Amino acid sequence: MSQAPRYMHRHWWKISGIILLAYTIIAGLLGPVPKLPLLQETIRNLYFHVCMWFGMMILFTVSVVQAILYLRKMDRRHDLASRHFAGVGMLYGLLGYATGALWAAYTWADPNIPFAESFSTIARDPKLIGAAISLLVYFAYLVLRDSIPDIDRRARISAVYNIFAYVILFPAIWILPRVLESLHPGQDGNPALDVKNDISSGMRIVFYPAVIGWTLLGVWIATLRIRTELLKEKQYNP
Amino acid sequence: MPELLRKVNIQQPMQAIWTLFKKDLLLEIRQQYSFYGILLYALSTLFVLYLSMDAPEPRVWNGLFWMIQLFICTNAVAKGFLQESRGRWLYYFTLAHPITIVLAKLLFNTILMGLMSLISLVLFRLFLGAPFLDPIRFFGIVLLGGISLSLVFSFLAAIAAKAQQNAAILAILGFPLILPQLILLQQISTTQFTDHSAFDLIPVALLIGLDALVVILSTILFPFIWKE
Repeated sequence: MSQAPRYMHRHWWKISGIILLAYTIIAGLLGPVPKLPLLQETIRNLYFHVCMWFGMMILFTVSVVQAILYLRKMDRRHDLASRHFAGVGMLYGLLGYATGALWAAYTWADPNIPFAESFSTIARDPKLIGAAISLLVYFAYLVLRDSIPDIDRRARISAVYNIFAYVILFPAIWILPRVLESLHPGQDGNPALDVKNDISSGMRIVFYPAVIGWTLLGVWIATLRIRTELLKEKQYNP
Repeated sequence: MPELLRKVNIQQPMQAIWTLFKKDLLLEIRQQYSFYGILLYALSTLFVLYLSMDAPEPRVWNGLFWMIQLFICTNAVAKGFLQESRGRWLYYFTLAHPITIVLAKLLFNTILMGLMSLISLVLFRLFLGAPFLDPIRFFGIVLLGGISLSLVFSFLAAIAAKAQQNAAILAILGFPLILPQLILLQQISTTQFTDHSAFDLIPVALLIGLDALVVILSTILFPFIWKE
C-alpha cells in the first residue's frame, strides 16, 4: 500500500508551527494594541478570528489542488489528502464563524441584548452569508462522499464536486460584498480585510506569524489524519 | 430512437448536440407526464401559497417567487439525468463524446427551465399580484434566473445520478451553491419594484459571467464523472 508523502514525517515545520503559535498567544494577549472606540481590547480577537479564515481558505485551496491531482493521476493518496484538508478547513471555518459571531455580538450589536436575540441580525451580513455558504457547501461535500459506497467512484465524484464547488464559491464570496451592504471591515469588495490599511504596524508583526502558525497547525492535523487512514488501509490490506 | 441516434457523429459536435437535444425533446413529447407533473407541482404550490396569504408585500413576493423557482428547478432538472438507466448511458457513450452529451443536456434543461419560469411568472401574476413595474424587463430577468438555476442544477444532477442517489442529495448539493446566484437575482428584481428606470447592469453581468463559468466547468468536469 502507498506510503505517506515524506514532508509529513518532517519535524521542522511542526516545531516552527508550535513556536509561532506560542508567540501568537503570548504577544497577542500581552502586546500593545491601539485602543479604538468600540473595539477596545476585543481587537485581540483578530489574531484568532481572522487567522481562522485565512487558514480555512488556504486549506480549502490545498484540498481542491489535491482533488485536481487526483483526477489527473488517480492516486488514492490525493483523494485522502483532499478529504482531510477539507475537513480541517471546515473545523477552522466553524471556529472562525463562532469567534466572529461572538465578536460581532459585542461590537456591532448592543452587548446588553442576549446573543441569541441579536444573532439573526448579525448573520445577515454578507461576509457571514459567504462564510455560512462555504460551510454548507463543504458539509454537502462530506454527505456526498459518504453516500457513495464504491471507493474509486467516491473519490472521483467527490473530487469533481470539490472542484466545481470551489470554482463557483470563491468568486461568489468576492462578489457578494460588492453588491450587499456590510458592517465588516474591508469594504469595496474585499472579502476579509485590508491587511495593509486596517491593521496597525504593531499588530501586523503578530498577525502574519499568527496566520502562518495556525495554517501549519491545520496542515499538521490533516497530515495526522491522512497517515492514520493510510495505516488503517495497510492493516486491512497488508 | 435507435435510428435517430445512429446519426450522431463524433466528427461534427454541433450536429451531435442537436441530435441528442432532439432525442430529449422527443422523449419529453412522448412521456408528457413529467412536463405536466412539474407544471402541476408549480400550480399546486402556488395555490397553497395563495390560500395561506393574500397579496404579499413586494419583499415577501420576491422571496417566495425565487424560492418556488428553486424548487421547480430541482424537480424539473433532476429527472434529466436521473431518469435514464446505466445501460442506456453506456449506449450513448459508444455514440457520442461526453462533452456533446453534457452540452445537449444543458441546452435542453435551460429551455425547459426557461419555459417553466415564464409559466410560473404568469401564474404568480394571476394569483399573487405583480409588484414589478416593467413586465417585459422582469420577464427577461426571470428568464435569466431560470437559465442560471438550471445550469447549476443540471451539472449537480449529473453528480447525483452518478452517486446513485435520489433527488434529495440534489437539494443538499445545490442549495448552498445556488445561493450567490439567488442573492444576485433577488437584488436585481427588488430594484424593479420601486424605480421605473433603475437597472443595474453589474449584477446582470456577474450573473452571466457565473453562468459562463458553470458551462465551462461542466464541459471540463463531466468526462470525469462518466468515466467508468
